[in-house]
Amino acid sequence: MAEDLGLHGRLPAHYTAAGTSSFSDFLSAAAPDLLPSRRPLPAGATVDAPHGTTIVAVTHGVGGSAGVIMAGDRRATMGNIIAQRDIEKVFPADEYSCVGIAGTAGLAIEMVRLFQVELEHYEKLEGNVLSLEGKANRLTAMIRGNLQMAMQGLAVVPLFAGYDLDRGLGRIFSYDVTGGRYEEHSFHSVGSGSMFARGALKKRYNDGLDEAAAVKLAVDALYDAADDDSATGGPDLTRRIFPVVMTVTADGLRRVPEDEVAAVVEAIVAERMIRPGG
Amino acid sequence: MSTPFYVSPEQIMRDKSDYARKGIARGRSVLVMAYADGILFCGENPSRALHKISEIYDRIAFAAVGKYNEFENLRLAGVRYADLRGYQYDRSDVTSRGLANAYAQTLGTIFTESGKPYEVEITVAEVGDSPADDQLYRLTYDGSVAEEHGFVVMGGNADPIAGVLKNEHDPTLDLDGAVTLAVKALAATPDAGEPRQILPTGLEAAVLDRTRARRTFKRLTADRLTTILGASAS
Repeated sequence: MAEDLGLHGRLPAHYTAAGTSSFSDFLSAAAPDLLPSRRPLPAGATVDAPHGTTIVAVTHGVGGSAGVIMAGDRRATMGNIIAQRDIEKVFPADEYSCVGIAGTAGLAIEMVRLFQVELEHYEKLEGNVLSLEGKANRLTAMIRGNLQMAMQGLAVVPLFAGYDLDRGLGRIFSYDVTGGRYEEHSFHSVGSGSMFARGALKKRYNDGLDEAAAVKLAVDALYDAADDDSATGGPDLTRRIFPVVMTVTADGLRRVPEDEVAAVVEAIVAERMIRPGG
Repeated sequence: MSTPFYVSPEQIMRDKSDYARKGIARGRSVLVMAYADGILFCGENPSRALHKISEIYDRIAFAAVGKYNEFENLRLAGVRYADLRGYQYDRSDVTSRGLANAYAQTLGTIFTESGKPYEVEITVAEVGDSPADDQLYRLTYDGSVAEEHGFVVMGGNADPIAGVLKNEHDPTLDLDGAVTLAVKALAATPDAGEPRQILPTGLEAAVLDRTRARRTFKRLTADRLTTILGASAS
């Protein structure tokens, strides 16, 4: 990486500068062209790009078994076209949090990559993990950096959830396109099918859920979203494409294995054979 | 007006080397060695917060002796270098060889161009899928790099420690065996004197464990070290 090595091949001064543990701050000095916010669209231009759709998150339990789960469908759309049927839109952010994305898929995935590096970078430099609030605030700054793109139709709307090690419970944060950060209680959903998913969550959520029940509730809500929103993909039993589900508890983040999700989906489909409305 | 003294370049370099070596020799030693499941780092360090051993990237870690502020500076640079590379390309494109080169250039430039050289010695280690793929690079204050095999010992008391490891190091040791040997080596004193007593709370130890997924670096806590060393003593 010749461009990294300054005069006589020495690493430039900003590599050794003390004072910041933020990877984005470092990037803005070392390689500003890599920051998503430094690559605006030409004024007035709009482009067609794949959009990710519905993400749901549900908190569960109290005490030792408390946590949060996040699930997302697998469809990306571009206008009336299904751009991809097996896209993944829920990502681990670090060991105790995950992030789901709705909106322009390309920009959102890049934002998630930067966010993941940001959290790990802080952890390595400082020797301890950011608080959950601190992580949520870092994401705010990134979304705010994308505002100009959002105004040209390329919005990114993530949903952030994690386990708060200090308080011992799962928490959910939602965002608007300007980076406004709002803590959600119990459950939340973002994306084109979120209205229907939220309705389903509201009717079925209760405080006594355990992890398995929360997973079923989230997958159920995605089924309802896919039922009424053309941009949300339902479970694809012929191709065996099922929602991505992640759980975060005091033990850390875990992606629910595909065969477990398949069993949940098959049970839901069997119920819907009798009562299609759930 | 007095004429300035002429000092030959050889003399300047020798003086700088002596200065750096003296600084390094004052510090406690750190050793890095291969064991069956990866690479073990172990050193005497009573501080819980000021580390001599640190994670750089998924499969790469860093150990240093010498002046804290100087190697801490290099550590920051290493993490930034690795994270930038991984972000720009892919996680698998971050290699210890690239990092060792960047460190060598940096240390070499500081040594020749600035009045005071860095009083540090560092090791960059990368764990591979099999023991044959493990890599160890030792870098000294003047930017020289050496690729080592098996083990590296740095710091003031390096010779007696290396003496023990030369006789007893075995890359097929398990973790408990490797930690026990490391502590035995660190306790060695010059002239084959009585070994010193080292308590688990005065140790800093970590591993790059190839059996872990993604981030292979893990610190060994004082509790864990007590268990390992207690079992081997009885």
